[in-house]
Amino acid sequence: MAKYVELNSSNFDATIAEGVTMVDFWAPWCGPCRMIAPVVEELAEDFEGKATIAKVNTDEEQDIAVKYGIRSIPSILFFKDGQVVDQMVGAAGKDVFADKLNALL
Amino acid sequence: MLDCAIIGGGPAGMTAGLYATRGGLKNVVLFEKGMPGGQITQSSEIENYPGFFEHGKTGMDFMDTWQEQVFHFGLEHRLDEVKQVRKEGDHFVIEIAGGEPVEAKTVVVGTGSTPKRAGFKGEEEFFGKGVSTCATCDGFFYKNKEVAVLGGGDTALEEAHYLSNICSKVYVVHRRDTFRAAPSTVDRVMRTENIELITDTTVEEVVGDAMGVTGIKLKNKKSGEETLLEVPGVFVFVGHDVNNHVLKDGEGNFICDVNEQGQVIVDLSMRTSLEGLFAAGDLRIEAPKQVVCAAGDGAVAALQVISYIQEQA
Repeated sequence: MAKYVELNSSNFDATIAEGVTMVDFWAPWCGPCRMIAPVVEELAEDFEGKATIAKVNTDEEQDIAVKYGIRSIPSILFFKDGQVVDQMVGAAGKDVFADKLNALL
Repeated sequence: MLDCAIIGGGPAGMTAGLYATRGGLKNVVLFEKGMPGGQITQSSEIENYPGFFEHGKTGMDFMDTWQEQVFHFGLEHRLDEVKQVRKEGDHFVIEIAGGEPVEAKTVVVGTGSTPKRAGFKGEEEFFGKGVSTCATCDGFFYKNKEVAVLGGGDTALEEAHYLSNICSKVYVVHRRDTFRAAPSTVDRVMRTENIELITDTTVEEVVGDAMGVTGIKLKNKKSGEETLLEVPGVFVFVGHDVNNHVLKDGEGNFICDVNEQGQVIVDLSMRTSLEGLFAAGDLRIEAPKQVVCAAGDGAVAALQVISYIQEQA
Protein backbone atom coordinates (compact mmCIF):
# COMPACT_ATOMS: atom_id res chain seq x y z
CA MET A 1 0.00 0.00 0.00
CA ALA A 2 1.39 3.33 -1.03
CA LYS A 3 1.61 6.00 1.60
CA TYR A 4 2.07 9.73 1.37
CA VAL A 5 5.52 11.21 1.94
CA GLU A 6 6.09 13.20 5.12
CA LEU A 7 8.18 16.20 4.08
CA ASN A 8 10.70 18.18 6.10
CA SER A 9 13.51 20.62 5.37
CA SER A 10 15.90 17.82 4.43
CA ASN A 11 13.76 16.01 1.84
CA PHE A 12 11.43 18.73 0.54
CA ASP A 13 13.42 20.06 -2.42
CA ALA A 14 14.47 16.64 -3.63
CA THR A 15 10.91 15.33 -3.46
CA ILE A 16 9.31 18.10 -5.49
CA ALA A 17 12.20 18.38 -7.97
CA GLU A 18 10.87 15.92 -10.54
CA GLY A 19 7.44 14.93 -11.76
CA VAL A 20 4.09 15.89 -10.27
CA THR A 21 3.80 16.35 -6.50
CA MET A 22 0.81 17.35 -4.41
CA VAL A 23 1.78 18.85 -1.06
CA ASP A 24 -0.80 19.21 1.71
CA PHE A 25 0.25 21.88 4.24
CA TRP A 26 -1.52 20.98 7.48
CA ALA A 27 -1.30 21.12 11.27
CA PRO A 28 -2.66 18.90 14.04
CA TRP A 29 -5.06 21.53 15.43
CA CYS A 30 -6.75 22.26 12.11
CA GLY A 31 -10.22 20.72 11.67
CA PRO A 32 -10.45 20.93 7.86
CA CYS A 33 -6.90 19.48 7.62
CA ARG A 34 -8.01 16.50 9.64
CA MET A 35 -11.10 16.21 7.48
CA ILE A 36 -9.09 15.76 4.29
CA ALA A 37 -6.50 13.45 5.88
CA PRO A 38 -8.25 10.21 4.76
CA VAL A 39 -8.66 11.70 1.27
CA VAL A 40 -4.92 12.37 1.05
CA GLU A 41 -4.22 8.79 2.11
CA GLU A 42 -6.48 7.43 -0.63
CA LEU A 43 -4.88 9.70 -3.23
CA ALA A 44 -1.46 8.32 -2.29
CA GLU A 45 -2.73 4.85 -3.25
CA ASP A 46 -4.64 5.93 -6.34
CA PHE A 47 -1.70 7.85 -7.79
CA GLU A 48 1.04 5.40 -6.86
CA GLY A 49 3.72 5.48 -9.56
CA LYS A 50 2.12 8.48 -11.26
CA ALA A 51 2.40 11.38 -8.82
CA THR A 52 3.90 11.95 -5.38
CA ILE A 53 1.45 12.74 -2.61
CA ALA A 54 3.09 14.53 0.33
CA LYS A 55 2.31 16.39 3.53
CA VAL A 56 4.06 19.16 5.46
CA ASN A 57 3.27 19.62 9.13
CA THR A 58 3.45 23.41 9.27
CA ASP A 59 3.77 23.32 13.05
CA GLU A 60 7.10 21.49 12.78
CA GLU A 61 8.30 22.82 9.43
CA GLN A 62 7.64 26.53 9.71
CA ASP A 63 10.47 27.49 7.35
CA ILE A 64 8.86 25.60 4.47
CA ALA A 65 5.49 27.20 5.23
CA VAL A 66 7.06 30.65 5.27
CA LYS A 67 8.96 30.00 2.03
CA TYR A 68 5.72 29.18 0.21
CA GLY A 69 3.74 31.99 1.84
CA ILE A 70 1.31 29.67 3.63
CA ARG A 71 -1.15 31.72 5.69
CA SER A 72 -4.15 29.40 5.67
CA ILE A 73 -4.37 25.67 6.13
CA PRO A 74 -5.08 23.31 4.63
CA SER A 75 -3.24 24.78 1.63
CA ILE A 76 -2.60 22.30 -1.14
CA LEU A 77 0.20 23.11 -3.58
CA PHE A 78 0.75 21.24 -6.83
CA PHE A 79 4.31 21.10 -8.14
CA LYS A 80 5.58 20.05 -11.54
CA ASP A 81 9.33 19.55 -11.83
CA GLY A 82 9.98 21.79 -8.86
CA GLN A 83 7.64 24.65 -9.78
CA VAL A 84 4.31 25.54 -8.14
CA VAL A 85 1.77 25.20 -10.94
CA ASP A 86 -1.52 25.18 -9.04
CA GLN A 87 -2.78 25.66 -5.51
CA MET A 88 -5.93 25.68 -3.45
CA VAL A 89 -7.01 26.57 0.08
CA GLY A 90 -9.49 24.64 2.20
CA ALA A 91 -11.06 21.21 2.29
CA ALA A 92 -12.48 19.60 -0.83
CA GLY A 93 -13.61 16.21 -2.11
CA LYS A 94 -11.25 13.60 -3.52
CA ASP A 95 -12.32 14.16 -7.12
CA VAL A 96 -11.29 17.83 -6.92
CA PHE A 97 -7.71 16.89 -5.99
CA ALA A 98 -7.68 14.00 -8.47
CA ASP A 99 -8.81 16.28 -11.31
CA LYS A 100 -6.02 18.75 -10.55
CA LEU A 101 -3.43 15.97 -10.45
CA ASN A 102 -4.70 14.37 -13.67
CA ALA A 103 -4.54 17.73 -15.42
CA LEU A 104 -0.79 17.87 -14.66
CA LEU A 105 0.08 14.28 -15.66
CA MET B 1 -30.88 -0.57 -1.92
CA LEU B 2 -29.96 1.35 1.20
CA ASP B 3 -32.54 1.75 3.96
CA CYS B 4 -31.21 5.22 4.56
CA ALA B 5 -28.62 7.47 2.96
CA ILE B 6 -27.32 10.19 5.24
CA ILE B 7 -25.63 13.09 3.48
CA GLY B 8 -23.18 15.12 5.53
CA GLY B 9 -21.01 14.01 8.45
CA GLY B 10 -21.53 16.74 11.03
CA PRO B 11 -23.33 16.32 14.35
CA ALA B 12 -26.75 15.99 12.62
CA GLY B 13 -25.68 13.29 10.18
CA MET B 14 -23.59 11.39 12.73
CA THR B 15 -26.44 11.32 15.25
CA ALA B 16 -28.93 10.28 12.56
CA GLY B 17 -26.61 7.40 11.69
CA LEU B 18 -26.26 6.36 15.30
CA TYR B 19 -30.02 6.36 15.88
CA ALA B 20 -30.89 4.68 12.57
CA THR B 21 -28.46 1.80 13.07
CA ARG B 22 -29.05 1.36 16.78
CA GLY B 23 -32.78 1.45 15.94
CA GLY B 24 -32.35 -1.64 13.78
CA LEU B 25 -31.80 -0.43 10.23
CA LYS B 26 -29.16 -2.52 8.47
CA ASN B 27 -28.11 -0.62 5.38
CA VAL B 28 -27.31 2.88 6.46
CA VAL B 29 -24.51 4.85 4.84
CA LEU B 30 -23.11 8.20 5.88
CA PHE B 31 -21.80 10.06 2.85
CA GLU B 32 -19.09 12.48 3.91
CA LYS B 33 -16.27 13.51 1.60
CA GLY B 34 -13.75 13.67 4.45
CA MET B 35 -13.40 12.66 8.05
CA PRO B 36 -16.74 13.14 9.84
CA GLY B 37 -17.02 15.93 12.42
CA GLY B 38 -18.43 18.93 10.62
CA GLN B 39 -18.02 22.61 11.13
CA ILE B 40 -17.67 22.44 14.92
CA THR B 41 -14.19 20.93 14.41
CA GLN B 42 -13.07 24.46 13.48
CA SER B 43 -14.31 25.91 16.75
CA SER B 44 -11.77 26.83 19.42
CA GLU B 45 -14.09 25.96 22.29
CA ILE B 46 -17.31 24.19 23.15
CA GLU B 47 -18.81 24.68 26.57
CA ASN B 48 -22.55 24.45 25.93
CA TYR B 49 -22.93 20.76 25.06
CA PRO B 50 -24.22 19.12 28.25
CA GLY B 51 -21.98 16.32 29.48
CA PHE B 52 -18.84 17.79 27.94
CA PHE B 53 -17.38 20.53 30.09
CA GLU B 54 -13.65 20.58 29.72
CA HIS B 55 -12.21 24.05 29.42
CA GLY B 56 -9.46 24.26 26.89
CA LYS B 57 -10.87 21.45 24.75
CA THR B 58 -11.61 22.36 21.14
CA GLY B 59 -14.42 21.41 18.80
CA MET B 60 -12.08 18.86 17.27
CA ASP B 61 -11.38 17.24 20.66
CA PHE B 62 -15.13 17.11 21.22
CA MET B 63 -15.97 15.42 17.92
CA ASP B 64 -13.19 12.86 18.47
CA THR B 65 -15.32 11.48 21.29
CA TRP B 66 -18.16 10.78 18.80
CA GLN B 67 -16.29 8.71 16.22
CA GLU B 68 -16.30 5.31 17.88
CA GLN B 69 -19.85 5.53 19.21
CA VAL B 70 -21.71 6.57 16.07
CA PHE B 71 -20.16 3.80 13.97
CA HIS B 72 -20.56 1.13 16.65
CA PHE B 73 -23.97 -0.13 15.51
CA GLY B 74 -23.16 -0.72 11.87
CA LEU B 75 -23.22 2.73 10.29
CA GLU B 76 -20.98 2.75 7.24
CA HIS B 77 -18.97 5.81 6.21
CA ARG B 78 -18.35 6.34 2.52
CA LEU B 79 -15.66 8.86 1.66
CA ASP B 80 -17.69 10.24 -1.22
CA GLU B 81 -18.98 13.62 -2.20
CA VAL B 82 -22.67 13.64 -3.09
CA LYS B 83 -23.52 15.76 -6.11
CA GLN B 84 -27.29 15.40 -6.24
CA VAL B 85 -30.27 13.66 -4.70
CA ARG B 86 -33.39 12.90 -6.73
CA LYS B 87 -36.51 10.82 -6.30
CA GLU B 88 -37.43 8.15 -8.83
CA GLY B 89 -40.78 6.54 -8.10
CA ASP B 90 -40.78 5.50 -4.45
CA HIS B 91 -37.02 5.63 -3.88
CA PHE B 92 -34.10 8.02 -4.10
CA VAL B 93 -31.03 8.09 -6.32
CA ILE B 94 -27.84 9.58 -4.88
CA GLU B 95 -25.38 10.87 -7.48
CA ILE B 96 -21.76 10.54 -6.38
CA ALA B 97 -18.79 12.56 -7.66
CA GLY B 98 -16.65 10.17 -9.70
CA GLY B 99 -18.71 7.11 -8.70
CA GLU B 100 -21.78 5.00 -9.45
CA PRO B 101 -25.18 6.29 -8.28
CA VAL B 102 -26.58 4.70 -5.12
CA GLU B 103 -30.26 3.95 -4.44
CA ALA B 104 -31.90 4.48 -1.07
CA LYS B 105 -35.38 4.17 0.43
CA THR B 106 -34.94 7.31 2.53
CA VAL B 107 -32.53 10.24 2.71
CA VAL B 108 -31.50 12.43 5.62
CA VAL B 109 -29.73 15.59 4.43
CA GLY B 110 -27.47 17.22 6.99
CA THR B 111 -25.09 19.18 4.79
CA GLY B 112 -24.97 22.15 7.15
CA SER B 113 -23.65 25.53 6.21
CA THR B 114 -20.49 27.29 5.10
CA PRO B 115 -19.05 30.53 6.53
CA LYS B 116 -20.32 33.47 4.54
CA ARG B 117 -18.03 35.93 2.81
CA ALA B 118 -18.51 39.52 3.94
CA GLY B 119 -18.37 40.89 0.43
CA PHE B 120 -15.71 43.60 0.79
CA LYS B 121 -13.33 44.41 -2.05
CA GLY B 122 -10.32 42.09 -2.26
CA GLU B 123 -11.87 39.39 -0.07
CA GLU B 124 -11.77 36.66 -2.73
CA GLU B 125 -8.37 37.72 -4.06
CA PHE B 126 -6.76 37.48 -0.62
CA PHE B 127 -8.71 34.49 0.70
CA GLY B 128 -6.05 32.16 2.10
CA LYS B 129 -3.49 34.98 1.85
CA GLY B 130 -4.52 36.87 4.95
CA VAL B 131 -8.29 36.54 4.79
CA SER B 132 -9.51 33.54 6.76
CA THR B 133 -12.70 32.06 8.21
CA CYS B 134 -10.94 29.66 10.60
CA ALA B 135 -9.09 31.02 13.64
CA THR B 136 -8.06 27.60 14.98
CA CYS B 137 -6.53 26.76 11.59
CA ASP B 138 -4.76 29.99 10.80
CA GLY B 139 -4.28 31.94 14.05
CA PHE B 140 -0.90 30.23 14.39
CA PHE B 141 0.41 32.12 11.36
CA TYR B 142 -0.16 35.42 13.19
CA LYS B 143 1.70 34.71 16.40
CA ASN B 144 2.57 38.02 18.12
CA LYS B 145 1.07 39.97 15.23
CA GLU B 146 -1.98 42.21 15.12
CA VAL B 147 -5.12 40.89 13.41
CA ALA B 148 -8.67 42.02 12.76
CA VAL B 149 -11.85 40.04 13.35
CA LEU B 150 -14.98 41.00 11.46
CA GLY B 151 -18.41 40.32 12.99
CA GLY B 152 -20.41 40.67 16.19
CA GLY B 153 -21.98 37.28 16.86
CA ASP B 154 -20.95 34.39 19.11
CA THR B 155 -18.47 32.93 16.66
CA ALA B 156 -16.79 36.29 16.02
CA LEU B 157 -16.29 37.07 19.69
CA GLU B 158 -15.32 33.53 20.76
CA GLU B 159 -12.72 33.35 18.02
CA ALA B 160 -11.51 36.90 18.80
CA HIS B 161 -10.87 35.72 22.34
CA TYR B 162 -9.04 32.64 21.06
CA LEU B 163 -6.87 34.82 18.81
CA SER B 164 -6.08 37.21 21.70
CA ASN B 165 -4.04 34.40 23.28
CA ILE B 166 -1.89 34.04 20.17
CA CYS B 167 -1.77 37.50 18.62
CA SER B 168 -0.36 40.69 20.11
CA LYS B 169 -3.62 42.55 19.46
CA VAL B 170 -7.05 41.77 18.07
CA TYR B 171 -9.30 44.45 16.58
CA VAL B 172 -12.96 43.44 16.44
CA VAL B 173 -14.66 45.36 13.66
CA HIS B 174 -18.44 45.36 13.93
CA ARG B 175 -21.03 47.31 11.95
CA ARG B 176 -23.26 47.99 14.97
CA ASP B 177 -22.54 49.20 18.50
CA THR B 178 -24.23 46.22 20.17
CA PHE B 179 -23.28 42.57 19.96
CA ARG B 180 -25.54 39.57 19.28
CA ALA B 181 -23.14 37.24 21.10
CA ALA B 182 -24.03 35.71 24.48
CA PRO B 183 -23.55 38.21 27.36
CA SER B 184 -20.89 36.03 29.00
CA THR B 185 -18.88 36.03 25.77
CA VAL B 186 -19.23 39.80 25.33
CA ASP B 187 -18.09 40.34 28.95
CA ARG B 188 -15.05 38.17 28.49
CA VAL B 189 -14.05 39.99 25.32
CA MET B 190 -14.53 43.38 27.00
CA ARG B 191 -12.24 42.29 29.84
CA THR B 192 -9.50 41.12 27.51
CA GLU B 193 -6.79 43.75 27.42
CA ASN B 194 -5.46 43.15 23.94
CA ILE B 195 -8.87 43.18 22.24
CA GLU B 196 -10.03 46.54 20.89
CA LEU B 197 -13.61 46.93 19.70
CA ILE B 198 -14.17 49.10 16.64
CA THR B 199 -17.95 49.52 16.41
CA ASP B 200 -20.31 51.15 13.90
CA THR B 201 -17.65 50.39 11.35
CA THR B 202 -17.54 48.40 8.12
CA VAL B 203 -14.64 46.94 6.16
CA GLU B 204 -14.56 48.57 2.73
CA GLU B 205 -11.56 46.85 1.26
CA VAL B 206 -8.67 44.57 2.08
CA VAL B 207 -5.33 45.66 0.65
CA GLY B 208 -2.08 43.79 0.21
CA ASP B 209 0.85 42.79 -1.94
CA ALA B 210 2.18 39.61 -3.52
CA MET B 211 2.80 38.08 -0.09
CA GLY B 212 -0.74 38.73 1.11
CA VAL B 213 -2.81 41.11 3.18
CA THR B 214 -1.18 44.26 4.60
CA GLY B 215 -4.24 46.13 5.87
CA ILE B 216 -7.95 46.85 5.75
CA LYS B 217 -9.76 50.05 4.87
CA LEU B 218 -12.44 50.87 7.43
CA LYS B 219 -15.36 53.25 7.28
CA ASN B 220 -17.16 54.62 10.32
CA LYS B 221 -20.88 54.45 9.57
CA LYS B 222 -21.75 57.46 11.70
CA SER B 223 -18.98 59.93 10.85
CA GLY B 224 -18.20 58.58 7.37
CA GLU B 225 -14.51 58.75 8.30
CA GLU B 226 -12.25 56.30 6.45
CA THR B 227 -9.10 54.85 8.01
CA LEU B 228 -6.51 52.23 7.14
CA LEU B 229 -5.83 49.57 9.77
CA GLU B 230 -2.48 47.93 9.13
CA VAL B 231 -2.90 44.21 9.90
CA PRO B 232 -1.62 41.14 8.04
CA GLY B 233 -4.68 39.03 8.86
CA VAL B 234 -8.46 39.42 8.77
CA PHE B 235 -10.78 36.78 10.19
CA VAL B 236 -14.31 36.94 8.84
CA PHE B 237 -17.22 35.64 10.94
CA VAL B 238 -20.38 37.15 9.48
CA GLY B 239 -22.78 34.21 9.42
CA HIS B 240 -23.32 31.22 7.20
CA ASP B 241 -24.85 30.14 3.89
CA VAL B 242 -26.68 26.82 3.86
CA ASN B 243 -25.27 24.01 1.73
CA ASN B 244 -28.38 23.01 -0.19
CA HIS B 245 -26.95 22.31 -3.64
CA VAL B 246 -27.44 18.53 -3.41
CA LEU B 247 -31.20 19.21 -3.33
CA LYS B 248 -31.22 20.98 -6.70
CA ASP B 249 -32.28 19.16 -9.85
CA GLY B 250 -30.71 19.57 -13.30
CA GLU B 251 -32.67 22.78 -13.92
CA GLY B 252 -31.65 24.33 -10.62
CA ASN B 253 -35.04 23.77 -8.97
CA PHE B 254 -35.18 22.38 -5.46
CA ILE B 255 -36.68 18.91 -5.06
CA CYS B 256 -38.36 20.01 -1.82
CA ASP B 257 -39.65 23.30 -0.42
CA VAL B 258 -37.08 25.83 0.78
CA ASN B 259 -37.49 29.38 2.08
CA GLU B 260 -36.07 32.59 0.63
CA GLN B 261 -32.68 31.97 2.23
CA GLY B 262 -32.56 28.47 0.75
CA GLN B 263 -33.13 26.83 4.13
CA VAL B 264 -35.05 23.57 3.86
CA ILE B 265 -38.60 23.74 5.19
CA VAL B 266 -39.27 20.91 7.63
CA ASP B 267 -41.95 20.06 10.18
CA LEU B 268 -41.21 19.15 13.79
CA SER B 269 -40.36 15.61 12.64
CA MET B 270 -37.73 16.93 10.21
CA ARG B 271 -39.91 15.84 7.27
CA THR B 272 -39.46 17.90 4.12
CA SER B 273 -42.19 18.43 1.54
CA LEU B 274 -40.90 15.36 -0.35
CA GLU B 275 -41.93 12.04 1.17
CA GLY B 276 -38.98 10.01 2.46
CA LEU B 277 -36.65 13.03 2.47
CA PHE B 278 -35.64 14.51 5.81
CA ALA B 279 -33.41 17.46 6.68
CA ALA B 280 -31.50 17.96 9.93
CA GLY B 281 -29.15 20.53 11.40
CA ASP B 282 -28.00 23.90 10.16
CA LEU B 283 -29.60 23.73 6.70
CA ARG B 284 -33.18 23.57 7.96
CA ILE B 285 -35.42 26.54 8.66
CA GLU B 286 -35.04 28.27 12.01
CA ALA B 287 -31.93 26.24 12.86
CA PRO B 288 -30.37 27.52 16.10
CA LYS B 289 -26.95 26.47 14.71
CA GLN B 290 -25.91 24.66 17.86
CA VAL B 291 -24.33 21.20 18.02
CA VAL B 292 -26.86 19.99 20.57
CA CYS B 293 -29.73 21.07 18.30
CA ALA B 294 -28.21 19.52 15.19
CA ALA B 295 -27.72 16.27 17.08
CA GLY B 296 -31.34 16.44 18.27
CA ASP B 297 -32.52 16.98 14.69
CA GLY B 298 -30.52 13.97 13.56
CA ALA B 299 -32.12 11.78 16.19
CA VAL B 300 -35.64 12.99 15.31
CA ALA B 301 -35.03 12.43 11.60
CA ALA B 302 -33.68 8.90 12.16
CA LEU B 303 -36.65 7.91 14.32
CA GLN B 304 -38.95 9.16 11.56
CA VAL B 305 -36.96 7.22 8.97
CA ILE B 306 -37.43 4.03 10.97
CA SER B 307 -41.19 4.43 11.24
CA TYR B 308 -41.46 5.49 7.59
CA ILE B 309 -39.71 2.32 6.47
CA GLN B 310 -41.91 0.19 8.74
CA GLU B 311 -45.02 1.82 7.25
CA GLN B 312 -43.85 1.21 3.70
CA ALA B 313 -43.03 -2.47 4.31
